Amino acid sequence: MTALLDLLPQLMKGLQTTLLVTAFAAPLALVMALVSGLARLAPIKLLQWLAIIYVELFRGTSLLVQLFYFFYVMPLFGMSLDPVTTGVLVLALNTGAYGSEVVRASIGSVPKSQREACIALNMSPAMALRRVIFPQAFVTMLPPFGNLLIELLKATSLLSLITIFDLAFAGNTLFQTTGRTLEIYGLVLMIYFATAMVLTLGMRWLEKRMGAGRDLEFRP
Amino acid sequence: MNFDLTYLLQIAPLLLKGAVVTVQATVLGTLLAAVLGLLMAILTRSRLRIVRYATTAVVLFVRNTPLLIQLFFLFYILPQFGIALPTYLTGVIALGIHYAAYMSEVYRAGITAVPRGQWEAAHALNMPRALVWRRIILPQALPPIIPPLGNYAIAMFKDTPVLATIGILEMLGVALAEANRSYRYYEPLTMVGILFLIFSLFSAVAVRLLEKRYAAR
Repeated sequence: MTALLDLLPQLMKGLQTTLLVTAFAAPLALVMALVSGLARLAPIKLLQWLAIIYVELFRGTSLLVQLFYFFYVMPLFGMSLDPVTTGVLVLALNTGAYGSEVVRASIGSVPKSQREACIALNMSPAMALRRVIFPQAFVTMLPPFGNLLIELLKATSLLSLITIFDLAFAGNTLFQTTGRTLEIYGLVLMIYFATAMVLTLGMRWLEKRMGAGRDLEFRP
Repeated sequence: MNFDLTYLLQIAPLLLKGAVVTVQATVLGTLLAAVLGLLMAILTRSRLRIVRYATTAVVLFVRNTPLLIQLFFLFYILPQFGIALPTYLTGVIALGIHYAAYMSEVYRAGITAVPRGQWEAAHALNMPRALVWRRIILPQALPPIIPPLGNYAIAMFKDTPVLATIGILEMLGVALAEANRSYRYYEPLTMVGILFLIFSLFSAVAVRLLEKRYAAR
């Protein structure tokens, strides 16, 4: 047990970066998901196409490829960002593309009668979206967003490959200096797992709060 | 920054060789994941409580930890226990185990969708449990879940670049090796991106066809 304790300080330092990157990338991904998801449903063809291109580009190419592309190729075009910014940006763009589909599907899942009621009440489309459609869709979005948050947390481990000192990187460094593979990687896996569980519980709590009173009538 | 087409053509054969490795790893990984996932799904319905709990815990753990670390874990730790596998096989096993956990959830959904009456009727006919699974439950549970399984195969395909980290020369591995040699990242990485995009778009169409075919049931 004491043998494990001396590994912890380094790993905790790595975990800090992992959490920090997740904390920055998640809200940014949410914004990307909402903007592109709504753009897909906008009545303007150009916006729809831009959203489709964004989503297909980031869902269709692998995250690790995107990461290396932004890290190695973008500086050639004069876009020089530090590794952490690059990492956060790519993670947010990638997760946002997956989230975009969630937004689209959730808004599509709101019953048609709700839209019709809005029209009957003479609401403008923007107001109907803001006051009636979106609040209902948002509750549906939360569980898949929770899954995406876990995927994002796991994906941050790839940032270790572009020189960012996160939990995975800390594990690799310790492995190179001590060679205690089983303990180190076992511990790293446990820490990721614990973090993911905390995030899952947080999302559950949020789902409960946001869904309070809404789904009562659907409960069997 | 000019895109050097002649250089690209020069390295194209290497990249395509990498693409073959990528596709191979995906196919083998998917087969492994499909079998392991089904096994996990059946074990989570075992009559023994320990087996049920243990399987659920394993699935939860695998789903909530990064593939990269699982890969390192297998790559560095299996040899310590005297299991020296070729690197390529280790990569396929990591992909297979990781996605088996995801697929087991899909299988579970398919299995729970089979009406209870089917189980009861099979019991009434005094069928042994293995036979119930093989003849009654699985033939009804599997067809509707083929499209979601296909989606996970596509997701796995996009995760194969991770294998480059343990030195497997799949598409990204080849591109990075080439870039490190020539200090030119632009052409190889762009090409890898385009190849991934092409594969993904085609496979998305394939899954849509599967959906059409199996949705009718």
